[in-house]
Amino acid sequence: MAIKIGIDIGSTTVKVVLLDDNNTLLYRSYTRHYSKVREVAAEQLRVVADRLRGQDVVPLITGSAGLGVSKASEVAFVQEVFATAAAVNTYIPDTDAVIELGGEDAKIIFFGGTLEERMNGSCAGGTGSFIDQMATLLDVSALELNELALRHEKIYPIASRCGVFAKSDIQPLLNQGGRKEDIAASIFQAVVDQTVGGLTQGRELTGKIVFLGGPLTFLQGLRDRFVETLELDAEHAVFPENADCFAAIGAALCTGGVEAMPFGELLRRLEEAADESGLTDTLPPLFAKKADVEAFQARHAKATPEPVDANAYRGDAYLGIDAGSTTTKMALITPDGGILYSYYGSNKGNPVTILLAELRNLYAFCGDRITIRASAVTGYGEDLIKSAFSIDLGLVETIAHYRAARHFNPDVDFIIDIGGQDMKCFKIRNGAVDSILLNEACSSGCGSFIETFSKALGHDIADFSQLGLLDQTPTNLGSRCTVFMNSSVKQAQKEGAGVESISAGLSLSVVKNAIYKVIRAASADDLGKHIVVQGGTFLNDAVLRGFEQEIGREVTRPTIAGLMGAYGAALSARDMTGETGRLLDAAALGNFSHTARPSVCNACTNRCSLTINTFDGDRRFISGNRCSVPLGGAKGGEPNLMRYKYEKIRVMTGKGAGDGSRGKIGIPLGLNMYENLPFWFEFFTKLNFEVVLSPESTRALYQKGQRSIPSDTVCYPAKMLHGHVEHLIDAGVDTIFYPCMAYNFDEGKGDNHYNCPVVAYYPELLRVNMSRLQQVRYIDAYFGLHRPKDLERIAGAFFAAEFGVPARETAAAIRAGYAAYERFRQEARDEADRYIQYAREHGKRILVVAGRPYHIDPEINHGLDELIGSYGLVLVTEDSIDHLVPKAKRKILNQWTYHARMYDAARYVATQPDMQLLQLVSFGCGLDAISTDEMRDILEATGKLYTQIKIDDISNLGTVKIRIRSLIAAADALDGKVML
Amino acid sequence: MAKLTYDAHGRLLFTKEMKEEYTLLMPQMLPVTFSMMKRLLELEGYKVELLDTTHRGIIETGLKYVHNDTCYPALLVIGQLIEAINSGKYDTNKIALFMSQTGGGCRASNYIHLLRKALQKAGLQHIPVISLNLSGMEKNPGFSINLRLVRRLVPAMVYGDLIVHLANQCRPYEVERGATDALAAVWTERLVAGFAKNRGRSKREMRVIMAQIAAEFAAIELSGEQKTRIGVVGEIYVKFAPLGNNNLEDFLLSEGCEPVVPGLTDFMLFKIDNRIEDINLYGGSWLKKKLCQVFLWYVAGLQQCMIDAVKTQPKFHGLASFAEIKAGVKGYLGYGNKMGEGWLLTGEMIELIHSGVTNIVCTQPFGCLPNHVSGKGMIRKLKDDFPASNIVTIDYDPGATRINQENRIKLMLASAGRGV
Repeated sequence: MAIKIGIDIGSTTVKVVLLDDNNTLLYRSYTRHYSKVREVAAEQLRVVADRLRGQDVVPLITGSAGLGVSKASEVAFVQEVFATAAAVNTYIPDTDAVIELGGEDAKIIFFGGTLEERMNGSCAGGTGSFIDQMATLLDVSALELNELALRHEKIYPIASRCGVFAKSDIQPLLNQGGRKEDIAASIFQAVVDQTVGGLTQGRELTGKIVFLGGPLTFLQGLRDRFVETLELDAEHAVFPENADCFAAIGAALCTGGVEAMPFGELLRRLEEAADESGLTDTLPPLFAKKADVEAFQARHAKATPEPVDANAYRGDAYLGIDAGSTTTKMALITPDGGILYSYYGSNKGNPVTILLAELRNLYAFCGDRITIRASAVTGYGEDLIKSAFSIDLGLVETIAHYRAARHFNPDVDFIIDIGGQDMKCFKIRNGAVDSILLNEACSSGCGSFIETFSKALGHDIADFSQLGLLDQTPTNLGSRCTVFMNSSVKQAQKEGAGVESISAGLSLSVVKNAIYKVIRAASADDLGKHIVVQGGTFLNDAVLRGFEQEIGREVTRPTIAGLMGAYGAALSARDMTGETGRLLDAAALGNFSHTARPSVCNACTNRCSLTINTFDGDRRFISGNRCSVPLGGAKGGEPNLMRYKYEKIRVMTGKGAGDGSRGKIGIPLGLNMYENLPFWFEFFTKLNFEVVLSPESTRALYQKGQRSIPSDTVCYPAKMLHGHVEHLIDAGVDTIFYPCMAYNFDEGKGDNHYNCPVVAYYPELLRVNMSRLQQVRYIDAYFGLHRPKDLERIAGAFFAAEFGVPARETAAAIRAGYAAYERFRQEARDEADRYIQYAREHGKRILVVAGRPYHIDPEINHGLDELIGSYGLVLVTEDSIDHLVPKAKRKILNQWTYHARMYDAARYVATQPDMQLLQLVSFGCGLDAISTDEMRDILEATGKLYTQIKIDDISNLGTVKIRIRSLIAAADALDGKVML
Repeated sequence: MAKLTYDAHGRLLFTKEMKEEYTLLMPQMLPVTFSMMKRLLELEGYKVELLDTTHRGIIETGLKYVHNDTCYPALLVIGQLIEAINSGKYDTNKIALFMSQTGGGCRASNYIHLLRKALQKAGLQHIPVISLNLSGMEKNPGFSINLRLVRRLVPAMVYGDLIVHLANQCRPYEVERGATDALAAVWTERLVAGFAKNRGRSKREMRVIMAQIAAEFAAIELSGEQKTRIGVVGEIYVKFAPLGNNNLEDFLLSEGCEPVVPGLTDFMLFKIDNRIEDINLYGGSWLKKKLCQVFLWYVAGLQQCMIDAVKTQPKFHGLASFAEIKAGVKGYLGYGNKMGEGWLLTGEMIELIHSGVTNIVCTQPFGCLPNHVSGKGMIRKLKDDFPASNIVTIDYDPGATRINQENRIKLMLASAGRGV
């Protein structure tokens, strides 16, 4: 009989298995293909050629990258989930569910009852590649990551939805001295949360669960996380032998009906397919010929610091350090800017250790020739490093970069810096930073991203970028986020694109991402006339060339592009006034010690995960905090209208002025309720209902409801509601009121007064996805608060039918509700007036936080309001000042009530010199694609800064700090308070 | 170039003078129906060009001029229009852009404004943009929807749905390749010629003509066994436009399936019905409600002609009426769920399942807000209520790769083949 061959070609590996008639496994192999999909598949078959020559075989291909090979070679194909199910049914028949993690796919198959399969959507990263990427970040292999995880003590919350988000959670942990062991385990936990939360979509994961795929075969630490999270015992958690090859085995099992062919024929077909290359989507080459590359490189070699003989120099020097997200940079300069000593290296997950060694080298280099007069530090790790080594000055990155850029091009009017993890662009007007654009967590196609790919494809980053320079057919990989890029690369590989074309394509993707997504520029003139590009990523000539090509203009790239932050810091150190020279001396460095200990702050409900760093046994630095309380500061801080509003809303629970005789009404506090609760609370208590409000949002509450979330790309505020409703049911409330609100209050400010589709209809989604709601009376009826008179009539009929409330009583309660709501709004406005007056009397800046009402929820804004207060800013909200300008027509359709408020608030801020605005945007909020551009237009038209913060379930505030500090620094510069 | 005049809010108007000189560029969505629409506009004296371009440059242009988080249809449509303007094929002083606009709480109602922003960004703000809508938004002196045009466009839409419905059932099985599309082309010609003489618009005429269309499609020689029927529902643009869904219908055909795509008429009825339900839920003008009911009755009547015509040929699968779809959605969503495709999307899935099409692709742009609820949000209940249902949701996006989408569809097809 013919031998059955299953070939599973996944996104990163090729698996080949041979089965005999009795389905006994004769042979198996598991090989990484490094994007040479077809070649490696053929190669793997040649390994068994001796054994099979002259025999008939029945082959079947499966796997996400197998489809293309199957088409080209005319060997039959079976979808991999289907194949896996076949294998499980054969070998482990009483299975209830399978969890399979592959390179880029995560799948769950439910057996028992109806068979259901789930695959991760296009925006989901909890997979093997994600683990690889995270391991790279920690500078370990995936197996070493596993070793680390086994020794963990605590788990940090890490965003699990997408690799990019997770990365921005992990980076600060590393930079703040978090233990690698704990971070490793937290990464695995994130994968578990993503799989369980993202894929079960309401179906329970119970019974006997089989774990499959490479990562779950090799990584004990990951297995442990799954077993612990799902509370499985040894009997119910099955890790079968050959779990990494199950899909291939399944394919071999599915060969019934496939025509047999001689082995030689199969090999021939695959080999011929391997030679085929059909590229459909390519871009123009970076360079046509070698001479062009040379001319280009010569031109850029000119922008370089003043030459200095570093080994002979005697005298004063200034030190700048840039503790970036993935790399640490250091520059020691002479008073006129010559570089005496520099360092650029990966921080290998521990910037303190790296810098300690480098500072020791530096002192050895200086000897008694050179005296370090002052030092400054910038970057993600600024606070930690400043405290560790007693640096004189800490400065925000944007300012450091501008200082450096100005040194090379005094007329600079636009700077773009692409580093490992983030991208910063700023315009310079009249010698001040005028507008700052930072990439969002979701668009960070930056330097570390190319690096991760180069490693995955088996290349060193330096060679990898050079490979693409002379490629004539760069692959068009699109310009979206890393997760999408993974599958674009996969597709290109499938189509046979070479490493050269992928290298060039990746570089061009970074460029397009920067220009179109981050900067949102349509032409070179949107940027500026004197553009300076910097950051380690621009040392990659392919990126530099791509950038010039795309904007059609020559730019300045200093030869020290990777050191610009450190260089700018050194320049600032040189120019600083006040006490300097505090940097630890050589002797102190000799005795330096550092320990980091995780901790949780219990001062408020934020429960910040703290890392307590201790240096030399007595100097402490605490990181991870939002406010100054854990550092010994007082509670309270600056006036904060978000906190004021939140506290007012939270107490709207209980019987109010009524007697509660009509029973209890449970209200989940989320989305539209943050706006409407003052209305409904008054309404219900007036009717003698007792209102039971769901508790404060927390991560734990979110996780409680996570399993019933059907769409993983909906915004975090919406996802939170599942937990709130779960809690109300647990609390024994028998009636839950959460009405659909297609319309908001009609404030007469825009063209219409809608809510967004999610706010409007989420109650209906909860009804059909949370089966426990069937146990209670759940009211998700439609009410229109925009038509008060009609509401009296319509609600009257509704509450008469539902609760037997006389219509007249309902009508009166409706009127009382409107009055209470108006009172609530007015009190907030009055409070804001007091805050503004206070700010003006004390010469403080006022920050208007413009978002949606539910952004005052501390779990949703992650305590960002406290952070703002800690910078000495007085905080008011958009809905407390929007009434101060008259209605005006906008160029876009101004049809959402919350948008109209934001536009008006921005228009008001534009007239107030001491006010700045910060817009909060939830990840996944499609409507804000419209509002953000409009807000930017309103503010920038009057010379104001526009700052946006995108928030999600990530709790790291690192990028938020940079934005807020940049905003303050830029505003100071505009006011002439600080001379740069 | 005509003289540029603006309304009180600074919106560039399409003037009578422009009507004489300018060519209207119009993005493609539903090939059969839109090609008829184009011809009907030409009968009104407009010069119209339907953009059938599909290359990657459209997406690149879209990314350049539209906020990248905006939904994919806006990015494509605006990209397609600007790319056409920049192609050098047209005198940029003699073109106007033509775009349909829906009202309502979905961001789709802002496409036209985003298009104007994009034009501004591209330095093309002298090109007027015309909104085609049912809400009376944005009037233009040089463009008006008169009763005659309505009485041509609405029947044309229903004819279009009929042709698409029948053609989808013939194409996978046709013996002579291309016979189905050829017949569809013949009929669009004949229908337009009829409209030019004001024929084919009344219900009486439509019954006759539609029965004839059904008979002619029934006469196409077909072969082979019944293929798996796959329903396609979703956000209106990515559901219909091949540019938006990476040629989903072709892919399904190549996989040996028969695509079943609910038509445009239900969407129009849905939008009219929303106005009536709004008044039921929140109160409002009695007269407005009455007018909407009359319009609904008119369009539903035309739809009934189509349903009856399909019935005359037993070899074809039939169609449900709007009222039946609406009744089916009870217990899932309220009739107030009107943003985007609202309850209609769920209703179409239920109707497909009822008619035996249990395998469904639900398409949406990545991050589509209404579909969180009415698409993805309803699938669990559908699975509970109809265990045989096999629905895959596919997100479309400039960065989403075809391989990823096709792999997920293949998973759904593998389950379909197994007859879950």
